[in-house]
Amino acid sequence: MKIFALIAVIITGGLLVFSTNEMPDWGSLASPATTHVSPRYLEKTIEETATPNAVTSVLADYRGYDTLGETTVIFTAGIVCILLLRRGKKS
Amino acid sequence: MIKQCDNVIVQSVSRFLTPFILLFALYVIAHGHYSPGGGFQGGCILGASFILSMIAYDIAEVKRRMTEKMNTVLTGVGVLIYAGIGFICLLLGANYLDYGVLAEILPVGTAKARALGTFGIEIGVGITVMAVMVSIFLNLASGGEHEEGSVE
Amino acid sequence: MIWQLDFIILIMVVICAVAAINVKDLLSSAIILGAYSFLMCLLWTGMGAVDVAFTEAAVGAGISTAFFIGAIFQTTRRTND
Repeated sequence: MKIFALIAVIITGGLLVFSTNEMPDWGSLASPATTHVSPRYLEKTIEETATPNAVTSVLADYRGYDTLGETTVIFTAGIVCILLLRRGKKS
Repeated sequence: MIKQCDNVIVQSVSRFLTPFILLFALYVIAHGHYSPGGGFQGGCILGASFILSMIAYDIAEVKRRMTEKMNTVLTGVGVLIYAGIGFICLLLGANYLDYGVLAEILPVGTAKARALGTFGIEIGVGITVMAVMVSIFLNLASGGEHEEGSVE
Repeated sequence: MIWQLDFIILIMVVICAVAAINVKDLLSSAIILGAYSFLMCLLWTGMGAVDVAFTEAAVGAGISTAFFIGAIFQTTRRTND
């Protein structure tokens, strides 16, 4: 059984490494991530939000709903941790 | 495995280091507009300072300063600040979380109002993350019974 | 990025990942995972993603190591496999 697991892992890893050839180069200006909507954010971030750090302005301003969801996920994790692990005083 | 730590080096170094960690965490939250950082990272560092005190001293010692009730309340207060700022924007006649409209109640321009709205929600995220990190470590390290003293 | 430095860090990342699985002591495993996170943080910094690197250093190396250690003290330090 172990040998099958090894073969499956090797094949999957090989496919992943093979498919990285198709990915855009690091820092490429023609990649989808840098052509669609990012240039507009980078150009307008000082003018619109007075925030030099574009990461913060995208994270908290342009994409505020995402961060609200992320905060809610953290809140839920904390509440669930209290509910599952907290034990009251021993009676 | 769980007993009061009485190593004087660990205790004095952690007592000396805690204010600097807190100051750095506040700097990370407040300076997130100009440098890497923000609410999440700053909240993690704030929580780490509490965890350092718990490891060095005692869970009871930390719980005397930061009670469990207050910690649980702070968990919700952060999300409430975030959602509340969005709701204020809604009341002022704009979309949810559209901070530009805050310029009507703040004495600044639209762009600066958006920066201030961002800062407000960073504070909310920081409070929530800090409280959640403290409560997760508290429950995880003491097995849910908070009265058992420090971790090793 | 200097490719030699990058290469060394990548090799160290692989070594840390393999060592974290193979080590018998769970406490050592948690510390090695912290070292892994710091190496990943260096890689992010080299690629210019400073915010991601900061998050990795604060969460991956700081908080999660503390959580692992807190959880390990609730169980045994030795693994069976």
